[in-house]
Amino acid sequence: MTLAAVLFALGVAGLLVRRNLLFILMSIEVMLNAAGLAFVAVGARWAQADGQVMFIFILAMAASEVSVGLALVLQLYHQFESLDADAASQMKG
Amino acid sequence: MNVIAFYIAAAIAVVTTVLVITRKNAVQALLYLAISLISVAVIFYDLGAPFIAVLEVIIYAGSIIVLFIFVIMMLNLGQRATLAEAKLLQPRMWIGPALLAAILVAELVYLLARGNTGAPAAHVISPKQVGLALYGPYLIGVELSSMLLMAALVGAYHLGWHKQSKPETQDVHREYATSLDTGGGPVRAGSGRTAGAA
Repeated sequence: MTLAAVLFALGVAGLLVRRNLLFILMSIEVMLNAAGLAFVAVGARWAQADGQVMFIFILAMAASEVSVGLALVLQLYHQFESLDADAASQMKG
Repeated sequence: MNVIAFYIAAAIAVVTTVLVITRKNAVQALLYLAISLISVAVIFYDLGAPFIAVLEVIIYAGSIIVLFIFVIMMLNLGQRATLAEAKLLQPRMWIGPALLAAILVAELVYLLARGNTGAPAAHVISPKQVGLALYGPYLIGVELSSMLLMAALVGAYHLGWHKQSKPETQDVHREYATSLDTGGGPVRAGSGRTAGAA
């Protein structure tokens, strides 16, 4: 559980520090993975399968999130020729 | 549960995650992320969840990393991006968020240490149990996640569809690209519009 907390906090730090959109998505992956690790650890603590079921749901959610996120990154790169997250702050409409 | 293996894998996971968020080159960070995910898979195996360990390797370390690599290849970032990242990764940029994250770690560890969450029991949960739980009480969740995956598929296809933008808006974006002081300016303005249509 402590490991999950440390990994989650590292993901938060990465999310806050980096402004490259690819690194932001990677940090989100790290955070989701840490949350899944917490679920599986708790499921193993009480010998229940529910934690692993929750991890499978988190996995499906992470996969869909990263596919949509990367498609958005591609669109933004075509629009702004940059991966800086600040470039998207001036979009109109 | 093998405690030594757990701590070794945990140390590898933390170190590689630190390396992920401090690399300047995206491909190096991605390789470290793959190592971090595989070490977390080892931890899952150690916690008595072999099915989840296999899923972690296949889906996270397999498909998601490959997706990232494809996007990096399509973006075709050069030395310019690495230099821009190096400019952003100065101590005054990361000291504040690192401090906030350290406070978060301290708080979480304190809360976890107060409630006596002992070491997880060495109880292997077989894939059969997981499947029974998944298709028994969690059947509605399975349906919802299938809808989510379908929505993600359609959404990614729609966003990946490369629209031809109007000429006047293109000029506005070129001006914005020149105003960015990221070194070379619009080095590939225009060339990237035709390359990413695959």
